[in-house]
Amino acid sequence: MSHRAAGRGASGGRIWNEKKGRARVKDTADSYVTADGRTIGGVVMEMKNITLRFGGVVAIQDISFDIREGEIRAIIGPNGAGKSSMLNVISGFYTPSEGEVWYKGARRPQMKPYEVARQGIARTFQNIALFEGMSVLDNVMCGRLTHMKPSILSQMLWKGKAEHEEVANREVAERVIDFLEIQHIRKTPVARLPYGLKKRVELARALAAEPTILLLDEPMAGMNVEEKEDMSRFILDVNDEFGTTIALIEHDMGVVMDLSDRVVVMDYGKKIGDGPPDEVRNNQDVIDAYLGVAHD
Amino acid sequence: MPDQLLFAMEVTLNGLMAGVLYALVALGFVLIFKASGIFNYAQGVMALFAAATLVGIMDGQVPFSHLINATLGTDLHHFGWHVPALLAILVTVVVMIVLAWLVQRLVMRHLVNQEPIILFMATIGLAYFLEGLSDLMWGSEIKTLDVGLPQGINETIDQITYDMFGYGFFIDNLDIVATVIAGILVIALMAFNQYTREGRALRAVADDHQAALSVGISLNFVWVLVWSLAGFVALVAGVMWGAKSGVQFSLSLIALKALPVLMLGGFTSIPGAIVGGLIIGVGEKLFEFLLGPALGGATENWFAYVLALVFLVFRPQGLFGEKIIERV
Repeated sequence: MSHRAAGRGASGGRIWNEKKGRARVKDTADSYVTADGRTIGGVVMEMKNITLRFGGVVAIQDISFDIREGEIRAIIGPNGAGKSSMLNVISGFYTPSEGEVWYKGARRPQMKPYEVARQGIARTFQNIALFEGMSVLDNVMCGRLTHMKPSILSQMLWKGKAEHEEVANREVAERVIDFLEIQHIRKTPVARLPYGLKKRVELARALAAEPTILLLDEPMAGMNVEEKEDMSRFILDVNDEFGTTIALIEHDMGVVMDLSDRVVVMDYGKKIGDGPPDEVRNNQDVIDAYLGVAHD
Repeated sequence: MPDQLLFAMEVTLNGLMAGVLYALVALGFVLIFKASGIFNYAQGVMALFAAATLVGIMDGQVPFSHLINATLGTDLHHFGWHVPALLAILVTVVVMIVLAWLVQRLVMRHLVNQEPIILFMATIGLAYFLEGLSDLMWGSEIKTLDVGLPQGINETIDQITYDMFGYGFFIDNLDIVATVIAGILVIALMAFNQYTREGRALRAVADDHQAALSVGISLNFVWVLVWSLAGFVALVAGVMWGAKSGVQFSLSLIALKALPVLMLGGFTSIPGAIVGGLIIGVGEKLFEFLLGPALGGATENWFAYVLALVFLVFRPQGLFGEKIIERV
């Protein structure tokens, strides 16, 4: 638990203007307090019997799990297990063939990705999807789009309310930038940044949306040890400071075990384990999936 | 000052003003191309359609009157009213927005993620469809468009330059108005692009679709928006050129003039479209003035294309286009 212990110590400033009261969604009797003093709330998102097929290929087979408010939930599994597909179902990029997605206690109808984003689910991508031609600040400001009101005329005239709104959004963006320690590259076009920093900018953009759930698709893929440690620290700090619910995919077992409160393990599109890291670590199916065992 | 130099100055001024109009047409292309990667061949026909619609509404023409008369045996031609120019322009803007929505809904939506060449072919089809629709709705005869813009030589400039140099510049009032309006439109579009929520969304979609979706931008909305903007730009261009030389089929050919502008300025750059337009405008007028007589005249017909060809060979991304880098 070294990462968590180290991460908890560092505390940055608040990102947003006012700390959002966590909307208790389900019965609060469910909530519990972790060993390091964070409160984990009720279920905010529930996947019920999700199946996803592409033609004859079954990417996800009848998987159910939930995400609780304020926790770091990891989805792990070997390559091709269907982790990214699951994240794409949550963020609306894929529509499940069967099963239901429940969000904040209500069944979510079929939705486009941008509608899901507007509901407060922000995400990053495995292969980084940034606006390469824009500066870091502009990218982060794009994360604020869901908080900007459409008022073409007043914005073009740049007066009163529109200006006030722009300033408020800018403030949040700047705080996120401070928090993730990327002030020195604020004005740099993203295309010029190294890989590790791009990943951080993408996290900043997602965070600027002040999401209810933050989805991270392999946040540490392709990073060196130092960058991985930085990223782990940022993920923990975000969760700790703002109570942001985080669901992340990772196949580096070590990192995941240190970071997360609960882990779902997938293999060949099926769920083979679900629970706290220590429990999952000793699960025979999980060990088999990772070390390889003859399937008969 | 020698006469030749004064004459060259006059030609340059005229060239600059023609250039602003070229830039305006090119802008319509850039808007759509940036946001959706579609090279909209129908841009010129959209200008024709917009101008014809404007004339039709102002004159109180019954749309599809020939078709209605032929099928029902009636004899309808005019509603018998005249709509003031400003109101007619507003109605035409609405028509262009509806058109944009229909194009997105019925054509482009079904072609998402297709090859650029397929999208391009679709816009060729759209061009012919719109041309036919324009004829069917408003008739194919040459129409005069008079929205009350001043025309003819600007006496003041003529007088001032005569007093200063002893040679009066011939500058058309219509060109001055067109330049001012185009200038305002270009500045407004750039401000829109830079400072509004929708402008930011537009730039985001131009950059990366997936990332745009993930920050809550509806691609469909942005595409309808750019087609509407392009329709509006086409309307302005159609009004300017229509007022100059009448609303007729050749109006749709101004789109061809925008091609060399785009090759100079780059397909993805708004400032590029403006600078490209100005270079082409001034270039072709000066070239005609300096070398026209020696080459047998009428160089304006081909100068722009030859210049574009030179650019294609030596700088294919244009002056301001995104640099083409291939990683190996």
